[in-house]
Amino acid sequence: MAPNSIHWFRKGLRLHDNPALREAVQGAATVRCVYFLDPWFAGSSNVGVNRWRFLLQCLEDLDANLRKVNSRLFVIRGQPANVFPRLFKEWKISRLTFEYDSEPFGKERDAAIKKLAMEAGVEVIVKISHTLYDLDKIIELNGGQPPLTYKRFQTLISRLDPPEMPVETLSDTLMGSGITPISEDHGEKYGVPSLEELGFDTEGLPSAVWPGGETEALTRIERHLERKAWVANFERPRMNANSLLASPTGLSPYLRFGCLSCRLFYFKLTDLYRKVKKNSSPPLSLYGQLLWREFFYTAATNNPRFDKMEGNPICVRIPWDKNPEALAKWAEAKTGFPWIDAIMTQLRQEGWIHHLARHAVACFLSRGDLWISWEEGMKVFEELLLDADWSVNAGSWMWLSCSSFFQQFFHCYCPVGFGRRTDPNGDFIRRYLPILRGFPAKFIYDPWNAPESVQTAAKCIIGVHYPKPMVHHAEASRLNIERMKQIYQQLSRYRGLGMRQVTKERGQWKSCYCEPIRSEHFCIFRILISRIPSVVVAPPSRSCLNVTWKHTGSRKRSPQTT
Amino acid sequence: KNRRENEVVEEGPSWECLPQEILFHIFQYLPLLDRAYASQVCRGWNQAFHMPELWRCFEFELNQPASSYLKATHPDLIKQIIKKHSNHLQYVSFKVDSSRESAEAACDILSQLVNCSLKTLGLISTARPSFMEMPKSHFISALTVVFVNSKSLSSLKIDDTPVDDPSLKVLVANNSDTLKLLKMSSCPHVSPAGIMCVADQCHGLRELALNYHLLSDELLIALSSEKHVHLEHLRIDVVSENPGQQFHTIKKSSWDAMVRHSPKFSLVMYFFLYEEEFDIFFRDEIPVTHLYFGRSVSKDVLGRVGLTCPRLVELVVCANGLRPLDEELIRIAQRCTQLSAIGLGECEVSCSAFVEFVKMCGDRLTQLSIMEEVLVPDHRYELDDIHWEVSKHLGRVWFPDMMPTW
Repeated sequence: MAPNSIHWFRKGLRLHDNPALREAVQGAATVRCVYFLDPWFAGSSNVGVNRWRFLLQCLEDLDANLRKVNSRLFVIRGQPANVFPRLFKEWKISRLTFEYDSEPFGKERDAAIKKLAMEAGVEVIVKISHTLYDLDKIIELNGGQPPLTYKRFQTLISRLDPPEMPVETLSDTLMGSGITPISEDHGEKYGVPSLEELGFDTEGLPSAVWPGGETEALTRIERHLERKAWVANFERPRMNANSLLASPTGLSPYLRFGCLSCRLFYFKLTDLYRKVKKNSSPPLSLYGQLLWREFFYTAATNNPRFDKMEGNPICVRIPWDKNPEALAKWAEAKTGFPWIDAIMTQLRQEGWIHHLARHAVACFLSRGDLWISWEEGMKVFEELLLDADWSVNAGSWMWLSCSSFFQQFFHCYCPVGFGRRTDPNGDFIRRYLPILRGFPAKFIYDPWNAPESVQTAAKCIIGVHYPKPMVHHAEASRLNIERMKQIYQQLSRYRGLGMRQVTKERGQWKSCYCEPIRSEHFCIFRILISRIPSVVVAPPSRSCLNVTWKHTGSRKRSPQTT
Repeated sequence: KNRRENEVVEEGPSWECLPQEILFHIFQYLPLLDRAYASQVCRGWNQAFHMPELWRCFEFELNQPASSYLKATHPDLIKQIIKKHSNHLQYVSFKVDSSRESAEAACDILSQLVNCSLKTLGLISTARPSFMEMPKSHFISALTVVFVNSKSLSSLKIDDTPVDDPSLKVLVANNSDTLKLLKMSSCPHVSPAGIMCVADQCHGLRELALNYHLLSDELLIALSSEKHVHLEHLRIDVVSENPGQQFHTIKKSSWDAMVRHSPKFSLVMYFFLYEEEFDIFFRDEIPVTHLYFGRSVSKDVLGRVGLTCPRLVELVVCANGLRPLDEELIRIAQRCTQLSAIGLGECEVSCSAFVEFVKMCGDRLTQLSIMEEVLVPDHRYELDDIHWEVSKHLGRVWFPDMMPTW
């Protein structure tokens, strides 16, 4: 009996390279593609209007593309666990397919649905296509723990087989004899809602700078590759004022929602490189954007507390300050530092900021100036940033606040200097903070230093029309560097069991205590390595995976880890 | 222990009879909470819990739920310590969060440590310096209690506090024989005269941390006097209050005296200045060993560093700008023969110059933290192969520091 299939869209909002969708249609009698939308979710959830709009545009696009193969998207109001049993009965479903979700809550939700499906006699097929690799394989290769340094991650990746090729796009041929029964009132029952229906006030809402959807994504990737080919080199582009602006070739939101398959992107990059460079092996750095995403997914998949400081085994407990007023100023672009405020304004208005801009505002909020918890920053990004999903957002914030991942903390982004070096003329500031347009480039990054005459001429008095700077940066960063040092130095002195190194030397298990070398600034590597013994204990099979530390007693040295 | 139903139960050695020395040895490895649970097991263990030796060190954590995510030391525990153990305490630190209440609570405890002879006292603000937000007089009187009663203070950390000249006088009057370490960066109420008093009287001082405005030729000379022991560690923070601030100079002869007197001392300098404010610095030879530039520092200044800092061991440059630091780095490799650690943030160095730099330093570079964006590929090296070249010269696998490019 030909099955009746449901394909459940969550991420992976595309018809190209969608192996789970392909399984759904394979020999099926009927195929229905569903997407669940919790109607009460929109108001109460921490998701801003740009994210909702992007999602709705993705769903519209899916619906439009499904129409081309005589199908439709079924947008269902409600929770999967509540609705699926009814759908299984009503549509006589015998097959359920979806793309694998590696995030801990996704796995939990899916386990529950699998159980429901089994009870209803529904076959469940899950396929990996949101990540390049099977993340569990990476973890297995690392001795059961996710790699916690990017270099380690790259080393492991280079030992894996390349990612699987993208599968063909859904087409009439693929649909075969499968049909989608569509009722007269499909639009009413299962249509994609509008922003207004979800409770948003759209009056005066500017048009989307990042239009959602698979169609847009596929256009962009062609443009992106054209640009790369035209430039004919694959170096990391130098940062300039233009890089800060939203680019028509930017891809990160599309990768996050799955409008663009990461595997497709990977292979297109590879093909282009080989064509242009006439060289058969592209370096790992070519896929930087994709690999960072993969790294954070891998780090997060087995850690339900990945987005928290408390109870998160990979996060350092830092005594962040609780300061709601300061947090609000940062979130609402009222810090008095034009560079920070312009970035946060762009973020709120458009939903995307350049990765160096992210570093700047994340550093300012956490370890640089305000000393506020990265969890708060993460929540604001979750609301406003189009490409922020759980794993990548939490991971990036932990990284940027020096809470994990062995990041050296000596480098602090100056909220004046960094912006000035990136965009000396200050055009970015003027674009997003029109109130400061009248300031000359000399003072636009630190307008509080401008003489009164300049402020008057600019029709903007600091403290009246634009806030005074909320911190004294030199003093704040001096204090915070000192705080960080204290924390890491104390970590190294803690003689609890967790700090012991366990290694095997000549078949014997040895335990030793690690002390930092008396360095003023560089404490992290040796200390954090000792904090997570599993990184040490993982059996290395290549020479670049061992550890260095100084023993207090025996003065031995072992080779180094990356 | 063998028990069988019909046999008489033998009385062997039991847990409650463990000798105190063994209990002490075990208890000292337990975190306080576990120790407290253990103390509830029986009277013997409860007695062991209160052994003076277990109460030599204590860290009071004072946090308010409104300003901190971390838990505070329980007020009952604090009461108990003051009641039962205040005269056992020798190494004490206070960690306070950004709230004024926490700072005041710390001072309340300090005021009650009348029977203590503390050897170490640390006042640590874990977020905003809340000691600066409480009434100065309250702080000073609490601190003075400890200064007067301890008479054997060896280590004192009072950075970011409103300590002043008169209280330093009290410190010196009571602890001049024992004081070895004094950290008082960012104490705005102290004047150069105040710190001179310390230098003149505390001849055992080995470690000192203060701000540049307190540094003077007289101070350095005093620290190099015959009566003084060798200084081990001097940390100086140079912080700009207002742009265009002028700083006073220190004579080369004063530094020379220091080096003569304490040839192995570490001079750690943290600079948080605007680029224009470096004018007087690095004009003469200076024995700095650990140098940190927290804001942007110009190419010129880095060039001068190469010429004037022969004892340099560690160098951190947070930012420089978009002109390559090739010559400056090479010069530092040539002249700073002790350099073993370097960190570069927002700077630019051409790959060839960087490889040259590493070659010249060789494997004495134990710490090489370069942000990936710093390295500019040129005709000889691409980004992807530079790490092999560098690893070769360092004698270990090396990669630049990376930041997520998501």
